[in-house]
Amino acid sequence: MSPTTPLTAAELEDRMDRYLDPALSSRRTAARPAADLAGFSAAEQGFVLHWGAVIAKDNAELAYQFTAFAPRAMGLMDLDAVQSWLLYAMDLYDKKGQLPAIRALQEVAEFASNQQEKLAGRALEDCVGVLERFVCGLNGRPLKLAAGDRHYTDTEQCLLPPVIGRLPDPEANFRLYKAMVVHQWAQNWYGTWRGGVLLEAVATRGLTGAGLGLFHALEQVRLDACIARDFPGLQRDMAALRHVLDRGAEGRAPDWSAVTAALADPAAGVADSLNLTARLHGRRPDTCCYRGALDPDAVRACLESRVALERDLFRIALARLVEDQDGRPPGAEQPEALTLPETAARLGAQRRADPDSPTGLRFELLLDGKPVAPPDDVRSVMESILQDHGEIPPEYLVAAGPGLYRRAAADAGRDPDAVWAGTYHEEGAFLYDEWDHERRHHRKGWCVLREHAVPPASLDCYHRTLAKHRGLIKSIRRTFEVLRGEERIARRQPHGEDVDLDALVDAYADCRAGLEQTDRLFTRLHRDERNIAVLFMVDMSGSTKGWINDAERESLILLAEALHTLGDRFAIYGFSGWTRKRCECYPVKRFAEPYDDSAKARICGIAPRDYTRMGAPIRHLTKLLRAQDARTRLLITLSDGKPDDYDHQYRGVYGIEDTRAALFEARRDGIHPFCITIDEQGADYLPHMYGPANYAVIADVGKLPLKVSDIYRKLTS
Amino acid sequence: MQHQLRVIKPEDYFILDEPYYEPVGDEIAVFEAAYHHGLPILLKGPTGCGKTRFMEHMAWRLKRPLITVSCHDDLTSSDLVGRFLVKGGETIWVDGPLARAVRAGGICYLDEIVEARKDTTVVIHPLADDRRCLPMEKVGELLEAPTEFCLAISYNPGYQSVLKDLKQSTRQRFVALEFDYPGAALEQRIVEKESGIASGAARQLVKFAHMTRNLKGQGLDEGASTRLLVHAAKLMVAGVAPVVACKSAVAQALTDDPDMLTAINELSGSLF
Ligand SMILES: Nc1ncnc2c1ncn2[C@@H]1O[C@H](COP(=O)(O)OP(=O)(O)OP(=O)(O)O)[C@@H](O)[C@H]1O
Ligand SMILES: [Mg+2]
Repeated sequence: MSPTTPLTAAELEDRMDRYLDPALSSRRTAARPAADLAGFSAAEQGFVLHWGAVIAKDNAELAYQFTAFAPRAMGLMDLDAVQSWLLYAMDLYDKKGQLPAIRALQEVAEFASNQQEKLAGRALEDCVGVLERFVCGLNGRPLKLAAGDRHYTDTEQCLLPPVIGRLPDPEANFRLYKAMVVHQWAQNWYGTWRGGVLLEAVATRGLTGAGLGLFHALEQVRLDACIARDFPGLQRDMAALRHVLDRGAEGRAPDWSAVTAALADPAAGVADSLNLTARLHGRRPDTCCYRGALDPDAVRACLESRVALERDLFRIALARLVEDQDGRPPGAEQPEALTLPETAARLGAQRRADPDSPTGLRFELLLDGKPVAPPDDVRSVMESILQDHGEIPPEYLVAAGPGLYRRAAADAGRDPDAVWAGTYHEEGAFLYDEWDHERRHHRKGWCVLREHAVPPASLDCYHRTLAKHRGLIKSIRRTFEVLRGEERIARRQPHGEDVDLDALVDAYADCRAGLEQTDRLFTRLHRDERNIAVLFMVDMSGSTKGWINDAERESLILLAEALHTLGDRFAIYGFSGWTRKRCECYPVKRFAEPYDDSAKARICGIAPRDYTRMGAPIRHLTKLLRAQDARTRLLITLSDGKPDDYDHQYRGVYGIEDTRAALFEARRDGIHPFCITIDEQGADYLPHMYGPANYAVIADVGKLPLKVSDIYRKLTS
Repeated sequence: MQHQLRVIKPEDYFILDEPYYEPVGDEIAVFEAAYHHGLPILLKGPTGCGKTRFMEHMAWRLKRPLITVSCHDDLTSSDLVGRFLVKGGETIWVDGPLARAVRAGGICYLDEIVEARKDTTVVIHPLADDRRCLPMEKVGELLEAPTEFCLAISYNPGYQSVLKDLKQSTRQRFVALEFDYPGAALEQRIVEKESGIASGAARQLVKFAHMTRNLKGQGLDEGASTRLLVHAAKLMVAGVAPVVACKSAVAQALTDDPDMLTAINELSGSLF
């Protein structure tokens, strides 16, 4: 912003009135905030007015609170910090709603004092990527890390403070995070929750409150000893942290290490920690900077859903193994009651000693007495089961009967909202970021995208199209055949398969004439291989209903015929959706699928659905395209208009900017995006989204089938 | 170890000293059986798990020269079979490595066969079935392989790309041997023997390798191979600190992703 003179209170009030209008009343005017802001520089005023207006588009009340508290915030912090305060509140608004966001704005003083800590500290957000990979490398069930107000694990998630600033530099604060994560991982890996021993003690022996705290401290002694044996480097780090942060605790109980020494024995288990807890009843535990808390209720809840799910998954996997062995599903013709005992007798788990495993045991799956190597996904389920039970319970070793097996094969579509519930429900769904242009940052994992099957339709539409465009198809085929990579003999090459006789004769003559002899004497077979992968992204939004949809289908059929001739690898995906939680992609033809009758039937089945939230589908399809090993990768969108969604926010600039950002990311990954649209207004926004030469507007829908092939030919020759 | 420069023709490349190879299963017996029956061999397995070393070992055992060709996507059939060269106004035919191996009754090892162009792969077909011959169309000859000749190819099934898949008509001609990273104890012994490192450190290195293998598919395409462990161990023997050795020899070789690099370095730091 240019250094101009600051606005007066009256001018400020006037500007504020404009964007705050819905939040103002006769009792609440912008006079007070305007007066507070009048004392600031023009740049600072501009900052508040800009962001106030931005927020007002989402929520006028929030904008009012921001405008009212901003002067105080600017008195306490520099502009960067004020901006983080605002983004923090907006994040809360997105995730939890208006009230928590307003509270965050009002608690500006607290935020400012934390800010100092944050400068030296580490935010979880910044190191979660490293920590998650780290803990995944340590082994065991992957732990998701998330910020929470308490620090504990439910055995699938690990909750951590959002910011740590207890130590003077970010590096040291990162080590504290690492220690916290390791301690929670250790509970899972070294069996604090294994076999339900602890949960049982909590339920039946009333182990809660101080007792549970004491147990946790003792169990930590055991876990730390395990860590020290297996990970000396970690042990050093963790001991150093305690040395700095837990000084007082060491002084308080001089005999603590003597009393707990038995727990450091390699053979000690959670039961030993429990026994010692009973013996030391009433004693105050030491404190520890990375211990956090235990939450048996959370663990129980998590365990209940996981145990049932994993038992089913495991049994289905066994059924698959049996099927592979027998060449038919278990009990395909027999009733369940007959087959279950039969497979139970054929399956077994052999235990073997394994010093590297935390339980000292390893299990091998046996089918008909012979060891079978389970595929990777089964192995991870099996490991998770072992982590919970310490063994494979006998009732797990029964292949799933036809009922469960068939249910799994059909894989009933889940409620998309369940996607947000837990780790398991995210399987099959993809989370993508979305670009918020006003806040100028990505909203992380904001959109949930699922792939849905396209119901195949009858091939009538296909045959009709072929008949209708018979002449066109012929000419398209011809033009495309010319493009097909053909072997060409390159002459006068320095290296090659054969001698180029013409060149040799010339060279001989040159030599005779006393001229210098060339070494370009060979012919080389040169194949202009068309190394192209193209993905068509087809608008299936509601607005395409009717002849646009027909034209899309016809275009795709003609094009697919041509691509088939050409041998280019291609895929077709429809996209649509409805709000950020229901972004949808419809695989019509995947890259690996052949262009056969069922693919044709799915093209015929392309039908209009909901809205056009484009960012997430572009990101999804970019990912698929990126996995294709091709020299040229094209992402071609067929659409009838600009990005749009049911929620007002996505309409207009927001949607366009998100789409533009997604396309930018695609380009960065080496993909060429191109857009073909029939929206006559396209020229207004497409150059901005796709870049000037990367789109085509087709005025006449009827011409779409012809044009699409034509454009493709031009793009790739 | 001191090595002098030696210049030798490929077909004279006899391996005289026993290459150190630690058998993982019955691969030596299977290879020998296949060899004596003139069957071609396919080695499957991830990178750096000992395939090349195994071939060297077998070449030594069978006392045949080993001719290795690393395949790439520009490799044409004449790169394998041979081509005309022009020297001083005269054209002369020069055998490619495959033809030389056939003539010399050697072992021809085509490394990473899927990288070669599809039309190149088919020239080995007649050699890889019971005809055991190599047609050389350009000179109008047919080389019939002597009993000593052996064809072996390698292939890494880990790259799950449709393009990099071996055609059924190719793979069904070969006896397949599957390789994987050796079990922890064996891998530790290999690392010790190859580098001379102390057993405690070798054990930790193998543990470290397992950690990175846990990350396969979670941001890493491959975990650390035995080869990388040997590299790290050699650096450590030369006095490089363990964490630094793991970083330079392993982490940097696995990924460029900064978060992943930090995480892998933290993992090695937790062990040493
Ligand atoms: N079984 C083994 N016995 C002895 N050394 C081994 C063994 N396995 C691996 N190595 C060690 O690992 C190194 C790498 O093995 P090698 O070069 O044979 O891998 P490769 O499977 O051919 O890999 P690539 O597919 O990348 O060519 C060897 O140099 C050797 O040090
Ligand atoms: Mg090799």
